[in-house]
Amino acid sequence: MLLIPISPIPDNPLDRGQHIEVLRITDLSKSYTMGEVRVDALKHISLEFHAGELAVLLGASGSGKSTLLNIIGGLDVPSSGKLFFHGREITAATEAELTAYRRRSIGFVFQFYNLISSLSALENVQLVTEIADNPMNAEEALRLVGLGDRLNHFPAQLSGGEQQRVAIARAVAKRPELLLCDEPTGALDFQTGKLVLDVIEKVNRELGTTTLVITHNASIAGMADRVVRLRSGELSEDRRNITRMSPSELVW
Amino acid sequence: MKALQRKLLRELMRLKGQMLAVAAVVACGISVFVSMSSVKYSLEASRQRYYNRFRFADVFVQVKRAPEFYRETVSRIPGVASVSTRITADVTLDVPGLDEPASARLVSIPDYRTPALNDLFLKKGRYIEPGKPEEVIASKPFLEANHLAPGDRISAVINGRKRNLLIVGMGLSPEYIYEVQPGSFFPDKRRFGVFWMGRRSLESALDMSGAFNDMSLTLAHGASEKDVIMRLDNLFKRYGSLGAYGRSEHLSDRFIVDEIKQVGIQITFLPVVFLAVAVFLLNIVLRRIVATQRDQIAVLKAMGYSNEDVGLHYLGFAMIPTAFGAVVGTLLGAWLGRGLMNIYAEFYNFAELVYYFRFEDVALSVLLSFAAAIIGALGAVRSAVRLPPAEAMRPDSPVLYKPGIFDRESLRKKIPVSLRIIVRNLERRPWKAALSVLMISLSVAILIAGRYTYDSLDRMVQVEFNEKHREDVTVIFNNPMPPSVRFNIASLNGVVEHEYYREEPVKMSFGHRVRRQSIKGMESAEGLQRLVDKANRQLTLPPEGVLLTSTLATLLGVKPGDKLQVDFLQGRQLHRELFVSGTIDEILGLSAYMNLGALNRLAGDGGALNAAYLRLDPAKAGKLYTTFKGMPGVSGIMMLKAMKQSFDDLIAQSMNTSTLILTSFACILAFAVVYNGARISLSERARELTSLRVLGMTKGEISFILLGEQALLTMAAVPVGFLIGIGLSALLARALSSELYRLPLVFSSFNFLFAFVVIVLVSVVSAVLVRRRLTALDLVEVLKTRE
Repeated sequence: MLLIPISPIPDNPLDRGQHIEVLRITDLSKSYTMGEVRVDALKHISLEFHAGELAVLLGASGSGKSTLLNIIGGLDVPSSGKLFFHGREITAATEAELTAYRRRSIGFVFQFYNLISSLSALENVQLVTEIADNPMNAEEALRLVGLGDRLNHFPAQLSGGEQQRVAIARAVAKRPELLLCDEPTGALDFQTGKLVLDVIEKVNRELGTTTLVITHNASIAGMADRVVRLRSGELSEDRRNITRMSPSELVW
Repeated sequence: MKALQRKLLRELMRLKGQMLAVAAVVACGISVFVSMSSVKYSLEASRQRYYNRFRFADVFVQVKRAPEFYRETVSRIPGVASVSTRITADVTLDVPGLDEPASARLVSIPDYRTPALNDLFLKKGRYIEPGKPEEVIASKPFLEANHLAPGDRISAVINGRKRNLLIVGMGLSPEYIYEVQPGSFFPDKRRFGVFWMGRRSLESALDMSGAFNDMSLTLAHGASEKDVIMRLDNLFKRYGSLGAYGRSEHLSDRFIVDEIKQVGIQITFLPVVFLAVAVFLLNIVLRRIVATQRDQIAVLKAMGYSNEDVGLHYLGFAMIPTAFGAVVGTLLGAWLGRGLMNIYAEFYNFAELVYYFRFEDVALSVLLSFAAAIIGALGAVRSAVRLPPAEAMRPDSPVLYKPGIFDRESLRKKIPVSLRIIVRNLERRPWKAALSVLMISLSVAILIAGRYTYDSLDRMVQVEFNEKHREDVTVIFNNPMPPSVRFNIASLNGVVEHEYYREEPVKMSFGHRVRRQSIKGMESAEGLQRLVDKANRQLTLPPEGVLLTSTLATLLGVKPGDKLQVDFLQGRQLHRELFVSGTIDEILGLSAYMNLGALNRLAGDGGALNAAYLRLDPAKAGKLYTTFKGMPGVSGIMMLKAMKQSFDDLIAQSMNTSTLILTSFACILAFAVVYNGARISLSERARELTSLRVLGMTKGEISFILLGEQALLTMAAVPVGFLIGIGLSALLARALSSELYRLPLVFSSFNFLFAFVVIVLVSVVSAVLVRRRLTALDLVEVLKTRE
């Protein structure tokens, strides 16, 4: 069993991301075959992320950003290269260790929310709190995303933005160290999208969760501490914003 | 309850139609298994208890008349534990309220105590009192059928003298669990009964003091039945013994043992079919669930649920409906079992027929159904477990279609697009299509096999009661009569036609194979009695040689032209050679037929007759019956019509019940397969079909595409089902056949028509249900959601 050290979360937001390295990626490549075509999704990527950081991974469709996120989240394995989480090599983990890694340390938010349609908002969150070691109260998590009054609604009774907020509550309820968001606003309109980004930003700010947001929408980059851009599987840009904009200030 | 469990339950509820269908199939299989297992055990246990409690003998021997001191002699034979002697006689009865004469078997019982062997179970009334020779105990089925009770009187002709008997008790004996008149196959409760009478009184009535004509004995543990029988045969040969025999040749026991064996066959055959279909259904339903929940599986795994968690979750989709089906099936099985035991109670006269519902059967059935659930779910669960989460995020890659045989340029123009979609879909997954056809055809096959026994018994009745026998009554003589008896019979007013036969008990041997068998000498095979085989073909009686039932020929290992060694057991006890002139594939029993003249010559005497077949003038029948009731020298009268009636009543009732059960189970099976097939097609193709609607196709057109496929599969399954059904029936016929009877393999066209109509109806019902869902599809919603 891979023992994930529980790192102290820095209380002072000003210290955020400066000291503790959460994730290190070294020379990571991924290629796979789709039908009869060989696709090089990622080519020799090296990156680090630090505790409390809010990073935006930008890239066009097919740039390899989802592949990178899946590998970071322990859903996929690279063809070569290594991935370390708090110094532990994730790329060498067994299936059971990967499950434990996802269960304890990672929160996922998907583009299409991927809620279980047969479960209510509360139950979707409970799905996670039931198996996590030190979870939040599920209702608390939903209140955090502003859905305290929608607990017993089923996904079909919620708007897209609300569904995505349930998904975020589900992801953060286990108090993950790393929140991975794959195109969280991809299926939402402008206003709703901003609302969802607000929640992500709030989680990052209030809980100090290291957050990676994947998007093809460059306007979102303004809310991040750091912007990483991928193009055709290669790292093309890695910069730091001097100031973070509030999501409500974003325009696209 | 955990959220994952809640998800499972809610989704099961959403899929309740399909899940109920699976549960129903499991319930059918389990109920057959549980009911038949418990019936089999109950019959076996009841038989064993009855035999033990009432000391049913192990070996039996009948003689003409032997001195009583042989009881001592026999008890000294090594291996013999206890011996008892009796006097038995077959007599005619005059039953109050019954015009026709009836027959009875009189069996002596000790005057002062209950019998040491073959004891009586006194259901009502009391035991006979010494010094009251008119007192008898009568068998329960006979008394009940004739609405008689202890206290009533009945007259019988015993040894030529009319006696007025007083019924003091109602009894049952392990010897007559299956109570039929000697020489008959089917019970006729009104016209045949067993009467137990004091030994002293029967001795004087039959002039048998100091003698016996029937002996039963039990064997010591580990004794050889064969050795004892050989010794008995040596001892009693000169007393007119037809040979001693063990329980396995005791008619009543043989019927019960055969019945138990048949129940055993049903335990294996039906549940296997149902559980196989359940496995198939679970397989397709679960595969579909896993396919539609790819993204959910990915999310669960992304959240940190382990492969075991996910696997167990999807296994739950199989286990819960199966468990539900097993519970319902067990309850239904307990109920059916009890009902079946009630039917058996009509046929078989047990002192107590106890219905045992055993935990072992339930446990085994639960185990079997869970094994089916796991096997059915295995593929789907494995694919859910193996699905890499990152891949599960992506939609399933589109299925590869290739041009099929209907895509040739020449054909393409002639076949409309909708039909081409149907055909291509079937071509793409030929194994799935073939399996669906096989499963639907299994339900057709069960329908065919269920009604087959019906047709078979119909043929049996037709051959035995209409073709083979055309007499009104059979008069059986006490003792062999000289040929001149025909003048006495012919002089009776009202006899239109009369025909006689001789029945000569012999020992037939060929090589090392030996059988006791009686040869029937017939005057003709074109008159009142004819020779008709299983296929309802009439055969001629060979002028010389013997005609054997095929089963008997097989048992002896002979074929036409072979020479049999024949030892006559009565009269001058000659040893003769006899050639086999042919075989006849008969339905009932084992017989050997000869021309009467040829048999008389072989026996080396002036000829003897044992019974007469009579056709009566209906107007004068009543008067004749009265004559028969008081006629000396007659041991029994058999009425063909009455036998047919009682056969119809008894058999038809149980047959209708089992046919009804099988038919409903086959309908459930057919519905489950067809409905699930259509529902899964609908789920797989909702997007595609809705897209076609968006493109302008009508509801009717898309229904045709979806339901047309199901219709095609069903139509293909019908002929396959007919063939499997015929094969299944042939297997059943073989498995259920014994020396006692062989089921003819016949199918009425109604059988096929019935199966066809049922399957079409079931398909139409499931089509209507699925079409309702199809037309309710929301065009926008379906296109919006990600596949």
